[in-house]
Amino acid sequence: MTGERDVGSDMSKSRIRPDRGLVTRMLVTMFLLGLVYVIFVVALSFSGFPWYLVLLVAVGLFLAQYYFSDRIALYAMHARDVTPAEAPELHAIVDRLVALTDVPKPRVAIADSDIPNAFATGRSARNSVVCVTTGLLRRLEPAELEGVLAHEMAHVAHRDVAVMTVASVLGVLAGFLTRMVLYTRMPIGRGRDSNNTAVAFFVVVIVSALVYAVSFVLIRALSRYRELAADRAGAMVTGAPSQLASALVKVSGEMARIPTRDLRAAEPFNAFFLVPALSSGFSLSTLFATHPPLEVRLDRLGQLSAQLGGPA
Amino acid sequence: MGFLDALLGRSKVKRADLDQLFAVPSAALTLATAGFNPTGVGSVCFKATEGGAFAQTEAEIRALLDVDAGPPVELTKDGYGYRWLLARHDPDDVAGLVTDLHAINVSLQDAGFGPSLLCSLVVFDGAVSGEQRRLGLVYLYKRGTFYPFVPLPGSDQRRDNPVELQVRALLGNDLRIEADLSRWFAVWGAPGLTAH
Repeated sequence: MTGERDVGSDMSKSRIRPDRGLVTRMLVTMFLLGLVYVIFVVALSFSGFPWYLVLLVAVGLFLAQYYFSDRIALYAMHARDVTPAEAPELHAIVDRLVALTDVPKPRVAIADSDIPNAFATGRSARNSVVCVTTGLLRRLEPAELEGVLAHEMAHVAHRDVAVMTVASVLGVLAGFLTRMVLYTRMPIGRGRDSNNTAVAFFVVVIVSALVYAVSFVLIRALSRYRELAADRAGAMVTGAPSQLASALVKVSGEMARIPTRDLRAAEPFNAFFLVPALSSGFSLSTLFATHPPLEVRLDRLGQLSAQLGGPA
Repeated sequence: MGFLDALLGRSKVKRADLDQLFAVPSAALTLATAGFNPTGVGSVCFKATEGGAFAQTEAEIRALLDVDAGPPVELTKDGYGYRWLLARHDPDDVAGLVTDLHAINVSLQDAGFGPSLLCSLVVFDGAVSGEQRRLGLVYLYKRGTFYPFVPLPGSDQRRDNPVELQVRALLGNDLRIEADLSRWFAVWGAPGLTAH
């Protein structure tokens, strides 16, 4: 067996080690986002704009999104809740994950769509729904499906609906404000003289646009970190990060990357390939993506797999 | 999970509670008064982790439990990717059976696979109004609670709920019974429950 170890210090230990870098990046992103919003509100109040109105609308938006997130998402996806009798295998997988993690059981829904996808939503663990599309059910093996469901249930455990709603509401409002002020030329400012009004108008537009742009990038970064965190948590529960990795490869339509064709048979064609591999350098698309690139997720899942299989 | 852990996406898998299992021998005495006798069969169900370390731990556990002169532990895999390690003992030696199950748990936990423990099962045999029934006493590690699972013989995945509820009332003083009935999930085809 494993010899001397300080038994009792941490009985719940998993072989998966905490990722401090990920936590730090998440914290920094959240801090910057908060900072941007504080600057936003301060700048608005200085311009004489009724900023409390902005806050009021923001809070209203937040509550609406927060409370109706599950219904909105299910409605948008044309998904419906399924009972254990209708989808016994799916419920059985979720039941086991619930028993492994001791969380309240989420509702299970299926969306009739051939695009392979899955999502989780709901404001709290008790109101949560995990939804998969029929396209996903058709393509994935049971173990891969379990990896995907564990990932989605990790989103629920991490309260990602609440976190991302809080993160995005003021940013959405800033974008809305920019357009509203620009198009309606809404008179702003308490001063009656037109000079002051023009300055205030200018300030509101510039600040809102900046806040929208910066918060957009930060929200997307936060979303990517949350995805990686959910990948980790899911792998911790299933003990099989490679199953999730395999599911991701299938879902991203990248299965063609692992060729089934024999190397010797394909060899004569290699001469015609102009670019052997696409360089995956930095680009705007990586900055604006809600999910980390597949390569990054596969790399991280590979590291988890090595930790699980290596010495404790 | 705390607020900060949720905010930072650092979920932890809940710690498995191993000690409650030792309450099973006294529950077995209570069950005997109701006509359910131990079969000497018990099993531990866990999620297989990928990689060599897990396979090695699993082999070590089997070697450890097979040193004594009893029947060897049996390893089965179910359709959900879970493993069942089945231990057989003399039906009267419930304490010995529980000790074996505990040894499996501790070995897995010490090797860092505690999060993958799903449930444990101790099988009893009995008759309900003349009909033969197998009773599985299921232990949920992550909640530290027990619940009864009684499949109806011959039928396709139906449970004998009246007997299960009767056992719940019977064992209330011996074991911590799972209060949330929605967590009494079925373990169809679990080893030891079907084989006669």
